[in-house]
Amino acid sequence: MATPTVAIPATHRIVPDSLPQVLKLTRYQLREYLRSRRFLALLGIVVTIGVILSAVVGHFRGVLVSDNLSFYGNFWGSGVYLVIVLSAVFFGGDAIAGEFQNKTGYFLMGLPIRRSTVYVAKFIAAFLASTAMVLLFLVILVGNGAFYFGGGLFPWQLALSLVLAIAYLAAVLGATFLFSSLFKTSAYGFVLTAILFLFGFSILESLVSGLIKIEPWMVISYAQSTIGGVFFSTTNWGFHGTISAGVFGNTMYTAGIGEGIVIMVAYFLVTALLGLFLFEREEFS
Amino acid sequence: MASGSIRIAGLTKRFGSFVALDHLNLTLEGSKCVGFLGPNGAGKTTALKLLTDMIFPTEGECEINGISVQKERKRALADAGVLIESPEIYPSMTPNEALEMVADLRGVPASERKDRIQAVLAEVKMADWGNQKVGRFSKGMKQRINIAAALVHDPQVVILDEPSTGLDPRGMAEVRTIVRDLKKSDRLIFMSSHILSEVTEICDEVALIDHGKLLFYDTLNNVTARVSEGHGSVDVVFARPLPPEVASGQIRTLTGVTGILALSPDRLRIGFDGGRAIQEKLLESLVGMHLGVVSLTESESALEEVYLSRISRGD
Ligand SMILES: Nc1ncnc2c1ncn2[C@@H]1O[C@H](COP(=O)(O)OP(=O)(O)O)[C@@H](O)[C@H]1O
Ligand SMILES: [Mg+2]
Repeated sequence: MATPTVAIPATHRIVPDSLPQVLKLTRYQLREYLRSRRFLALLGIVVTIGVILSAVVGHFRGVLVSDNLSFYGNFWGSGVYLVIVLSAVFFGGDAIAGEFQNKTGYFLMGLPIRRSTVYVAKFIAAFLASTAMVLLFLVILVGNGAFYFGGGLFPWQLALSLVLAIAYLAAVLGATFLFSSLFKTSAYGFVLTAILFLFGFSILESLVSGLIKIEPWMVISYAQSTIGGVFFSTTNWGFHGTISAGVFGNTMYTAGIGEGIVIMVAYFLVTALLGLFLFEREEFS
Repeated sequence: MASGSIRIAGLTKRFGSFVALDHLNLTLEGSKCVGFLGPNGAGKTTALKLLTDMIFPTEGECEINGISVQKERKRALADAGVLIESPEIYPSMTPNEALEMVADLRGVPASERKDRIQAVLAEVKMADWGNQKVGRFSKGMKQRINIAAALVHDPQVVILDEPSTGLDPRGMAEVRTIVRDLKKSDRLIFMSSHILSEVTEICDEVALIDHGKLLFYDTLNNVTARVSEGHGSVDVVFARPLPPEVASGQIRTLTGVTGILALSPDRLRIGFDGGRAIQEKLLESLVGMHLGVVSLTESESALEEVYLSRISRGD
């Protein structure tokens, strides 16, 4: 049987360095995210969250829109956590586990590419896709803000809060990737991230501060409160948190901005690196 | 350009207390196709996954083109094309996109990529499917794209794990044709299979493995010579049914013939003693008798015999 033989001469090929490979793979992974059904679904969810919040704020504008700062604190502070956690779960939940479960990993791992390249590229792609969702929510927020206060009055705290939100996103994604590397089944990563970040850590935080009665600096939700906190006068701008008396006479801890950032970055580093460590040792068997 | 090499040294893999691969030593060098033959569960996939750093050895190591896979996966796999465990391609990608990604990550210059992708898609007979989403492809189509992906950078070493397995008979035949056509002057192909005829059909050499142990590694010719020790058989097909008296009379009396088995009215298996020289004479006489011989094939007895005698059944 006559078959076309390949007439293209083989020139000597040089495999790109790992950094260019990370950027290339990130681009391909990001494109997969952008055209996934999941991306569309999340787009719908974020818009829905924005619409619901807009409606609630509009209805209770007497209380919630009393001044610029409290508007942003209430709107952004109630919605952005959910946007971040859902994005991380949607984009990161099966980022690693899916490569095993769907057997797509066997396609990538046959390439001259480090395992860390795959991990880092997938992380950056998930991070960028999630950031797009946070920015979409920001657009909805700013639209509302412009409606109530006119265009020129965006508080500078918003920029700081956005930075904190992005740091929080990195921390949540780090944990998501850790779970995704830990279990070869995608569902575990989804469920564990969602449970922990939607209420698990909050409960843990109350237990630590309420029962053990120490500052719950080791719990990520403690740091998370700085994202909405920067808009309120009770904010502690220093590094350390403050202690105050709660309504029932219990001790209340509030994280300082510096402390919040450090906790988030530490969570990101520890979880993301631990996930990488696991992935490096995981067998495609 | 020098051809590729694979060196496997003391490669051992244990899963718990189970030894899936037991001190495998194998050095392959040169332009040829080596069949890695063994029944299901023999340890073929395990060996090939170790060879491509998808799993990690309990003991031993391996090299591709002289570069340690365990120490430098990236450099070792640079000039290898790998197809293991029928991988899935991201379903929303088209073959063109998937191959573009592979070529890009492998460092195929942008100017060459389009031509290379078209060439390999033609090689696996998928040229018309370049812009369709992989997610809707049949198993056989996906496997052909996987083969294309292993070839897009024109590698020196090609490692294929049961490339035809899981396909329908026609798909299997097509994949075999594709693999046979991969042979070229400077390429080493290492292909696993549990199908004996596939290896004899495609490969030049065979490494036989069972229960994680290498039984032997030799050329197919040597295997034939060594095992048959002068005893062989040929299958002959005739254009029309052969009168039984011709088979039992004229043919039976030809030099060296030890037995005749009618496989069907127009098909005989002829056993003979005396090695290649006798086989040559036998075939010449058969053709000279003007009985309407349309095909003569060596029965696959040699490797088949080894396979059956050396591999403990029960898999
Ligand atoms: N991850 C694993 N855990 C336990 N046993 C395994 C694992 N992978 C393979 N095996 C066992 O190792 C043996 C060899 O498997 P494999 O290399 O896939 O065989 P082959 O590819 O020759 O059919 C089989 O008995 C299989 O059950
Ligand atoms: Mg196998």
